[in-house]
Amino acid sequence: MLFNEPHPLETRVLTKRMHEPGYNGTVEAYERYGGYKQFLKAVEMTPDDIIGEVKTSNLRGRGGAGFPTGMKWGFVPRQSSKPKYIVVNGDESEPGTCKDRVLIENDPHLLIEGCLIAARVVGAERGYVYIRGEYRYLIDIMERAIDEAYRAGWLGQNIKGTGINFDLRAHSGAGAYECGEESALLESLEGKRGNPRIRPPFPAVAGLYASPTVLNNVETFAAVPSILEMGGKAWADLGIEKAGGTKLTCLTGHFNKPGVYELTLGFPVEKMINEVGGGVRGGRKMKAFIPGGSSCPVLTGDEAWPLTMDYDSMAKAGSMLGSGGVILMDETTDMVKAALRIMHFYAHESCGWCIPCREGTAWLKKLLTRLDAGSGSARDIDLVGDLAKNMLGRTFCPLGDAAALPTMSIVKKFRHEFEAKLSRPVSVPVTSPDQLVSLG
Amino acid sequence: MMTATPTEVTTVTLSINGQSVTAPAGTLLIEVCKKLGTEVPAFCYYEGFSLQAACRMCLVEIEKFPKLQASCTIPVSEGMVVRTESPAVVAARKDMLEFLLSNHPLDCPVCDKGGECELQDMTFRYGAGESRFTEIKVHTPEKQWSPVVFYDAPRCILCYRCVRVCDEGLGVGALGIQYRGVGAEIIPNMGDHLNCDECGACIDICPVGALTSGAYRYKTRPWEMNHVGTVCTHCSNGCKTTLGVRTDEIIRGNNRDSSGINGEFLCGKGRYAFDFNKHEDRLTSPLIRKDGQLVEVSWSEALKAVATKFSETQAAGGSFGVIGGVHSTNEENYFLQKFARQGLKTANLDHQRTGDVPALLDALSGKSDVLATTDDLYNTAAALVIGSDLAQQHPFLAYQLRANGRHHNARVYTVTPGKVREADYAAASLTYGSTSELFGKLDELRDRLKAEPELVILFSDAIKGADVAKLVAYGDSLGITVKYVALVDYSNSRGALDMGLLPTLGPGYHAAPVNGLAAPDMLAAGLDVLWVVGADSGKGNAKFTVVQDMFLTPTAAAADIVLPSASAYEKSGTVTNVCGQVQKLKPAVRTMGTKPDLEIMGLIAREMGLNLGIWTHDHVLTEIRSGVAGYNVPLPIIQTGGAAQAQPVNGRVPLDGRPELVQSAQDTLFTSGTLGRYSKALTSVIEYPGKLYSDNQ
Amino acid sequence: MTFSPDLEARFEKLVASYPEGRTRSAVIPMLMYAQDELGAVTPELVAEVAKRCKVPPIQVEEVIGYYSMLHRKPQGKYHVQVCTNISCLLVGGEELYHHASKKLGIGHKQTTADGIFSLEEVECMGACSWAPAVEIDYTFHHHVTPEKLDQLLDGLKKPQ
Ligand SMILES: Cc1cc2nc3c(=O)[nH]c(=O)nc-3n(C[C@H](O)[C@H](O)[C@H](O)COP(=O)(O)O)c2cc1C
Ligand code: SF4
Ligand code: FES
Repeated sequence: MLFNEPHPLETRVLTKRMHEPGYNGTVEAYERYGGYKQFLKAVEMTPDDIIGEVKTSNLRGRGGAGFPTGMKWGFVPRQSSKPKYIVVNGDESEPGTCKDRVLIENDPHLLIEGCLIAARVVGAERGYVYIRGEYRYLIDIMERAIDEAYRAGWLGQNIKGTGINFDLRAHSGAGAYECGEESALLESLEGKRGNPRIRPPFPAVAGLYASPTVLNNVETFAAVPSILEMGGKAWADLGIEKAGGTKLTCLTGHFNKPGVYELTLGFPVEKMINEVGGGVRGGRKMKAFIPGGSSCPVLTGDEAWPLTMDYDSMAKAGSMLGSGGVILMDETTDMVKAALRIMHFYAHESCGWCIPCREGTAWLKKLLTRLDAGSGSARDIDLVGDLAKNMLGRTFCPLGDAAALPTMSIVKKFRHEFEAKLSRPVSVPVTSPDQLVSLG
Repeated sequence: MMTATPTEVTTVTLSINGQSVTAPAGTLLIEVCKKLGTEVPAFCYYEGFSLQAACRMCLVEIEKFPKLQASCTIPVSEGMVVRTESPAVVAARKDMLEFLLSNHPLDCPVCDKGGECELQDMTFRYGAGESRFTEIKVHTPEKQWSPVVFYDAPRCILCYRCVRVCDEGLGVGALGIQYRGVGAEIIPNMGDHLNCDECGACIDICPVGALTSGAYRYKTRPWEMNHVGTVCTHCSNGCKTTLGVRTDEIIRGNNRDSSGINGEFLCGKGRYAFDFNKHEDRLTSPLIRKDGQLVEVSWSEALKAVATKFSETQAAGGSFGVIGGVHSTNEENYFLQKFARQGLKTANLDHQRTGDVPALLDALSGKSDVLATTDDLYNTAAALVIGSDLAQQHPFLAYQLRANGRHHNARVYTVTPGKVREADYAAASLTYGSTSELFGKLDELRDRLKAEPELVILFSDAIKGADVAKLVAYGDSLGITVKYVALVDYSNSRGALDMGLLPTLGPGYHAAPVNGLAAPDMLAAGLDVLWVVGADSGKGNAKFTVVQDMFLTPTAAAADIVLPSASAYEKSGTVTNVCGQVQKLKPAVRTMGTKPDLEIMGLIAREMGLNLGIWTHDHVLTEIRSGVAGYNVPLPIIQTGGAAQAQPVNGRVPLDGRPELVQSAQDTLFTSGTLGRYSKALTSVIEYPGKLYSDNQ
Repeated sequence: MTFSPDLEARFEKLVASYPEGRTRSAVIPMLMYAQDELGAVTPELVAEVAKRCKVPPIQVEEVIGYYSMLHRKPQGKYHVQVCTNISCLLVGGEELYHHASKKLGIGHKQTTADGIFSLEEVECMGACSWAPAVEIDYTFHHHVTPEKLDQLLDGLKKPQ
């Protein structure tokens, strides 16, 4: 099922099949539209050639960090006494992000084919698709697709006579944002608490069960068949220099036409908002813009309008492309409350492993709650910025930064809104201790 | 874990605060700083356990790294330029402490840890004087997890040291973590309580006052105590324990500075079971049987009565039997055998034998450097444990092997009558039904052991008599270097053997000039006088019995004269552990009315007019050092709290052919013969008395 | 402990999904699926999962409190999860939550007296472009308005 109308400005590469009338994502349908041919092509290529194409394509990880995928695959040792693994990150928990869902729901075999190609590259014989627990129905879809693929001979032993063996399973998470972080995901997949691991070693060298592991986002794996199909160069050319291809972009918040759209990298923000997203809700002014999920620093409307949707452009503007979860806030938005809601999330999701994140997010949540309720002081505003700054760059994993960055940017860019709340009379209808955000 | 194998060690040169240092590549930066004398504060880093990098206290500045780096996980590399006191580093430390203190209750004035708290110390050195935290702190009530372990979650800083020491150090894994984020807290394995070794390692390793000891809490402030480092008087492993003493009362046992042979290790006995010392049943006055009843008398009356009895019996050509103790010092046991052999002219001398050391020494005759120390257990490439539930019976030895497995990938093999904890990491774990199958099982391991570069064999009383020689022949057949440990039970079991408390062997395993009766034979022989020093041997059909003990044991209760003796925590002297390592006791307290056994024996000798030499431990030790084979241990080492291995006789040892007398008492972690029964701390834990070879996970 | 044949079959498949000696990997999914059948993670379930996955029970205990979807208290027959995270918040997620709370007469993580509904204010659940979103058990509902929520809840309440 598709959740929103497609848009003519989309460049449909990963999502091309799902838009075909009657396409139902079964193995037969997938094969009918040329599915699994790229895997067979990959079998004819050498691992180095495949990695070469992926490098040429300028595919960068779609999970948020944007690390070049070809390079990452190249880190996996060719010779290893240990079995190798493919792990798909389908934890999709970054607020504002809901794209992997679209891929798995509508075209699960595309993901399986991506995994097969990766397995072919590194010589992995087992893989897991880690899907967040809330997406139970997607786990069911994935499992059905996997069963179909086994039946059709695309998974299992000696796949289609290629001599390649590959087993794939779906694995359910159980509600933890931190398990999207790759090393915490591996801990979780091993049946443990989702605490991140010390790196190095990186998963490519010692990942699942301390074995070499290729770990990528759903969308990253799903991009690979089209790279082989089009050739790395043509795929790269869809995007811009240093960022090839398309990105599933989630328009959320105050859009007239929110939805998930496949846009080329480097797509202008202005065009994205006004044409693809149908403009700002009610024709209002855009107050703030988050390019890639709530972990990214917030840009003001003025800052965001002239940018393009790619890694470098966003970095230059002081934010990040992230996971492609665009959050648009119009002029009616209460930025103090937005800051509080974002911090509430990180405090809830901090795994508790390291001190600055565990204590910092909890403290900031309390502080922002008071500020939002109108019982803060001017000193508290500085303290918010200060504490966030004190967390930044010092936590064990990037979740701490993810909590600090948006907070710092909101305090800096929307300080007047905090100040305006200082004298508001206090009335805090807290219904339960854990529900500190719902302040009316 | 971060150490490279010897073949690939290269040295790198780096700069720390402008000072050039070299270190093996791969060493952790925090360790290199420590060696240099540059303190880098840390809560979660603890040498020897897995790395956490969670507390972020050890962040330092390294050139070319955009962010501060956790020095506890960064291996040093060539050309690294490190700053540990730059403004950015100092600010980060202060900020981490501010975060940490935000939810930490500031109840230092009533916290057990006050004065010894790492958080307090670090705040003093690096922290801010005032807190900017004005919110409400998270509060949860304190929990009692066992009679000896309490947990106060709000004070917990989640450094996971306790979780790691329990899991990695002890192999117990009784602690875990519950919830996440700021609500995370440590949990015990049984939901609301612990089922574990009750070793208290978690309490010792806790940098703050989150885990406190039921035996100690709220009794005193650390600075009001004297800290006396001595040797635990329970099992044969000989751990150093530091007794916290206030006004002649032992309030705490721990290993404050980890300076003993046992490093950070201590089991529940060393930590809590000092409380037998002030048990209300302690004998504090000599007793003499009058009209069938034991009645309190003065020391002078009692000593005179003993001396008179001894002299009269001797004059009448009567028979004597002497049974010594396994907790007594070397000096006491040496003096006792001298008293028996020279003073009473009897060869009837024995003690409770728990391991066949004489047979081992005999079988090893002609070989040198074949007795393993506790250090060897940590360094050997491989070890074979025979017939012992090591984690229960020899907890420190088990700890050493486990640490060796963890740090150096040592292979441990066990051949035991049932499941042992070592099995969870052992290279092979075999069990046998009866000891007759034992050598068959060893044969199964032969090829694997042959492939080892070296081996330490630890064996219990399951192998004794002729089997010991057979075991050594087996060791020889492996064609590799093999060292041995003959396991014995008690704090000075080994010393009692070395000092010649045997009917056929004198000190240093030399043949006794005359052979006497072994203990069971003595009890059956209708002796005129039986003298029992620190043992609950029973009196048998002896006509007159003199007992020196701390408690009215069944033997003492049946005796004619009972002399109250001081405990190991009340006297000086040396003891020898299971590996033959000699250490010195330091008196911590006194119990009014008691005397050390050595003094009691000396006074009896004086009363009898015997000249057995000066009976202070220093004098007796001098005599031991010059006269007992292998006991010329370097004084400076033992005087400064170190351990020196005695190298006993290296030649044939005449054996008395009574292997059946060698019997381990099969104590568990929660029993320790008589002493254990009088320790409320041990008997209070739900695991008491515990079971060997049981699946206690 | 015995489970329904379906669940047993699932467990069998689950345990076989991981390499030899790696059954600990099955702990979390096993808890999730079993919880759906039992209504909560009970102490017996902890012991059972520990046994089946060959881990000490404390290793099962540790994950329960970590993962927000695992719970020891039974929830209502229908577990209503309303997202109030940023993308939903911007388009009425919070109002929706208050509406649900008022309608059901319960707050965060509470269950109605008749045991039919429980309510939870949840973090982003991946429906941001079709916000505000509600997930009832494992079924997503998008672009939810108070009226739509009323209909949904009323529909569920009707005895089938
Ligand atoms: C706190 C945190 C949460 C994350 N969540 C996700 C996620 O839900 N999905 C995802 O693919 N990557 C997530 N990531 C990024 C992963 O760590 C990792 O970089 C990514 O899965 C690698 O795949 P890629 O190279 O294909 O992007 C997260 C990272 C952090 C620090
Ligand atoms: S920053 Fe620290 S506490 Fe936060 S999620 Fe990462 S490791 Fe856990
Ligand atoms: S913000 Fe509500 S589903 Fe993402």
